[in-house]
Amino acid sequence: MTQTTDAPVRETTAAASRSTSTSTFAKALNAALADAMEADASVLMFGEDVGVLGGVFRITDGLTARFGEERCFDTPLAEAGIMGMAVGMAMNGMKPVVEMQFDAFAYPAFEQVVSHVAKMANRTRGKVRLPIVIRIPYAGGIGGVEHHCDSSEAYYAHTPGLTVLAPATVRDAYVMLREAIASPDPVVFLEPKKLYWSKEDVDLAELRRTYDEGEAPRRIGRAVVARAGADATLITYGPSVPTALAAAAAAAEEGRSIEVIDLRSIVPFDDETVCESVRRTGRAVVVAEAPGFASVASEIVARVQERCFHSLAAPVLRVTGFDIPYPSPKLEHFHLPSVDRILDAVDSLQWED
Amino acid sequence: MSTATNEDRGRLMGEMPIGATEPTADTALLPSSTPVQLIDADGRHVHDDRYPLPDGESLLSAYGRLVTGRRINDQANALVRQGRMAVYPSSHGQEACQVAAAVVLDDQDWLFPTYRDTVAVITRGVDPLEVLTLLRGDWHGGYDPYEHRVATQATPLATQLLHAVGVAHAAKLRGESTVVLAMCGDGATSEGDFHEALNFAAVFHVPVVFFIQNNEFAISVPLKHQSVAPSLAHKAIGYGMPGERVDGNDLAALLSVLGIAVDRARDGGGPSLIEAHTYRMQAHTNADDATRYRSADDVERWVPRDPVLRMRTYLTALNLLDGDGERSFSDQADSIAAAIRNGLNLEVEVNPAELFEYVYAEKTSQLREQAEQLREELARDAAGAGEQPGDGTEGDTP
Ligand SMILES: Cc1ncc(C[n+]2csc(CCOP(=O)(O)OP(=O)(O)O)c2C)c(N)n1
Ligand SMILES: [Mg+2]
Repeated sequence: MTQTTDAPVRETTAAASRSTSTSTFAKALNAALADAMEADASVLMFGEDVGVLGGVFRITDGLTARFGEERCFDTPLAEAGIMGMAVGMAMNGMKPVVEMQFDAFAYPAFEQVVSHVAKMANRTRGKVRLPIVIRIPYAGGIGGVEHHCDSSEAYYAHTPGLTVLAPATVRDAYVMLREAIASPDPVVFLEPKKLYWSKEDVDLAELRRTYDEGEAPRRIGRAVVARAGADATLITYGPSVPTALAAAAAAAEEGRSIEVIDLRSIVPFDDETVCESVRRTGRAVVVAEAPGFASVASEIVARVQERCFHSLAAPVLRVTGFDIPYPSPKLEHFHLPSVDRILDAVDSLQWED
Repeated sequence: MSTATNEDRGRLMGEMPIGATEPTADTALLPSSTPVQLIDADGRHVHDDRYPLPDGESLLSAYGRLVTGRRINDQANALVRQGRMAVYPSSHGQEACQVAAAVVLDDQDWLFPTYRDTVAVITRGVDPLEVLTLLRGDWHGGYDPYEHRVATQATPLATQLLHAVGVAHAAKLRGESTVVLAMCGDGATSEGDFHEALNFAAVFHVPVVFFIQNNEFAISVPLKHQSVAPSLAHKAIGYGMPGERVDGNDLAALLSVLGIAVDRARDGGGPSLIEAHTYRMQAHTNADDATRYRSADDVERWVPRDPVLRMRTYLTALNLLDGDGERSFSDQADSIAAAIRNGLNLEVEVNPAELFEYVYAEKTSQLREQAEQLREELARDAAGAGEQPGDGTEGDTP
């Protein structure tokens, strides 16, 4: 298998299993926040229920106790207020990390995000940069009621000026949140809720050391080959990565070798890694749980066919959520991309020619 | 157009606030210095010149609904523990607010509830099983809002308050004598939509009663992190409408204060803001661990102020309620709880074809395609499983 230098294959579990500790996705985010706050006194965390409670998903657990109420605190219940105050604090030397309690509860803050957070640097010719991280527990698959399962990435990805990240592994959760906090640009950091309790063999202290010493490979703007394969490429991110990997494993049993690309970074987009893979395999399916119409998945398909047309043996397909409001818990499994739907799409990639 | 003129405003300012006897311009819009109370925690009547005590018959009938309300909360909590329902935001301890919000309204009025106001919605007459459709996870809403004039239970905080203003404004333009009662929590008063709704209501002088249940918490966040105003009801004066505060565990006071606010709105007196002081006795929902942010002692302090106990003591002392009466209310509550239990123990099939049915008045061609894709998939799965293909997914639902 050929590999460009910029397309790292994800560290194997063999390498990871040298360490003895395991961590959840949630714990890795918590450690990244704590480590960033320890490393830089201008890093602050605020939002709804992030103080004493430690966040409804416990991502900020213990931060108020450890760093004090000035560094991690609850605000009045107003997302526009949280975001607007973050803008001002960032203008005055702070690095705010804010939590929107759920995807759909970030909408009251949308004006601040689109009209100021995303545009301030451009408006001031780079004089005012806003190093804000907007953490959003996002997407579905958890049996949540309405307004608790939205895939809102397209709104942000469509807004120039925002970096948009969606980690899918415990390691990436840690490193990408550290990178997001260190970034001079505003970052929308999408945390797939259904992965909060996923576990990996990860030594967080070791991860911290590698990050602090600059040894961790950069993630912003870099996709990763999550599983190597030769026959077709699944391009995916965030909550759909485990589903795509499961589909690739199932396909392998039927003798088909599927590569899985985990984008990690939606904006900036890693054309190089994606196109290198697709040119090699000649077939691609994009998998994402957001409604497909005018989505991030649409953008990926467009870019791939523009750049890889002559290497393609079949049209680039999409497996996405339907173009409907996110369904009730009882019906969500009909909506979400599934292994079967992905395999169906792969099967229809004109293999007979 | 019915924006407030200067003349209106003058009238507003000089107008009798809820229950006030001596209006003195703007200060008349201020709430009482302590929450209005008509029956104290020991079940004794407290006289208040401004607010008459409802008659015994009304109190007795409202008490019956209180008993049912408590039973609904207990039953719903039990069903969550048994896994029959995904989540339940309980109004245990707030049932007096729930009952009062529903019974002060007439049929032509509208109620705008939140996720915590299930008991109010049921008290207004909505079928409990239709209300619980949402929390069981079958569909995002289970009842027809027009049937009993009850809006959907709002989750995005404070957003419904503006809808309430819109319904009231439309009613005014259509010459209807509808009053709208819009509920929210203490935390929701921090949202921009809360402020916009109050301002719109005041400027358009519409018949809305804003009803805040201040239960001292927004999930883990205590009231002091939301507001340092003297009370939430004090916010009313900033918009030019009267505010009032009431003991939220005193059903009699709630009926009186809300009743007067509703009458005032119906008589063209405009909007008002009522804050009920109560307490969230249980966790935010079953998914919340309240021990992380408050002590058992804090909760214990509110036990003697229980709204059900207080009414029972009062009514019993006056001989309006005896053992038989209590039993008959209890039986009534039991039968509703049993209906909820039996209903939720039945597995309801929801046709996945419905996913595409209501998004637009007429399905887009993309949605028709996607509905067909799902139908074929399910038919194939069913055939693969050796069943009759197409069961329950054939064609379009109405
Ligand atoms: C716009 C918005 N932001 C955040 C949430 C998440 N949330 C649900 S309930 C709640 C607390 C609300 O507190 P309060 O208004 O006092 O009502 P209570 O739950 O006490 O009845 C929060 C933060 C939400 N539903 N909507
Ligand atoms: Mg509250």
